[in-house]
Amino acid sequence: MPTILVEVMPKPELLDPQGKAVAGALERTGKGTFDVRVGKRFELTTRADVDDELLASVRRIAEDVLSNGVIEDVVNVSVVEPVAR
Amino acid sequence: MRIGVITFPGSLDDRDALRAVHAAGADPVALWHGEHDLQNVDALVLPGGFSYGDYLRCGAIASLSPIMTEVIDAAGRGMPVLGICNGFQMLTEAHLLPGGLIRNDHGMFIRRDQRLRVENTSTAWTNEFAAGAEITVPLKNGEGGFVAAPDELARIEGDGRVVFRYVGLNPNGSLNDIAGVTNERGNVVGLMPHPEHATEPGFGPDTDAAMRSGVDGLTFFTSAITALAAV
Repeated sequence: MPTILVEVMPKPELLDPQGKAVAGALERTGKGTFDVRVGKRFELTTRADVDDELLASVRRIAEDVLSNGVIEDVVNVSVVEPVAR
Repeated sequence: MRIGVITFPGSLDDRDALRAVHAAGADPVALWHGEHDLQNVDALVLPGGFSYGDYLRCGAIASLSPIMTEVIDAAGRGMPVLGICNGFQMLTEAHLLPGGLIRNDHGMFIRRDQRLRVENTSTAWTNEFAAGAEITVPLKNGEGGFVAAPDELARIEGDGRVVFRYVGLNPNGSLNDIAGVTNERGNVVGLMPHPEHATEPGFGPDTDAAMRSGVDGLTFFTSAITALAAV
């Protein structure tokens, strides 16, 4: 079954305390110095055929429900081939 | 005067909000998120808690509850609506209030008796406060950092829609020390601190007069009663 990926990130201009905490842990444990930002990945699997209409509908869901435009950006909506798990 | 308090899955301050309504002299009405019935209440409180375990975003899933259709409709008609903590997050998610709430800048949950300045005394929930009054109510949150885009923030400030500002210490990194805001009409108010926990002597914050005697939160609820009586 096809899967549609939606990726959401905190807006770049906003502080990401979660990313900061992860970066602090990496630094403390000697694993390296990084800027880290933590986002979300949604996998929407469907039995339907993925056409333009469905993709448009998923884009709307991504903007209206899966993200909050005040604090987050949708950075990716794409179709992935089914992956064997 | 009937003031409803909506319980969502994961609400935890609904009982205290109902008690606060009673303490203020109105009739508390317990409402359920899954219904489409506001039971003829005159005002609404969306209480604090961790609805749906803060899944997706704080308040996001609750903001899609069946009863929110009626809440949005009632707010549009001018009914006083107060969102406390998680309830505030729901109101921003439902676009009834501007801005958004993100994780505290220090990354930790914080609980303290918080000093606030009342910046706007013309709302349905603050009309009984003196202009510029400073009050103390409990605060407890992990994701209470108020944010908005620069132009939106300027608009909120310019229109006098900041209702409460943190005084002494900004506990969560909120922009401009904003603790609570209102909508254009002044009937919908949201804030992160908890007025319902400061309404009964013996259970509120400490004051200079006596331990746990702080009841500054009661004025939120008496203000709503005053606003309703004026209609």
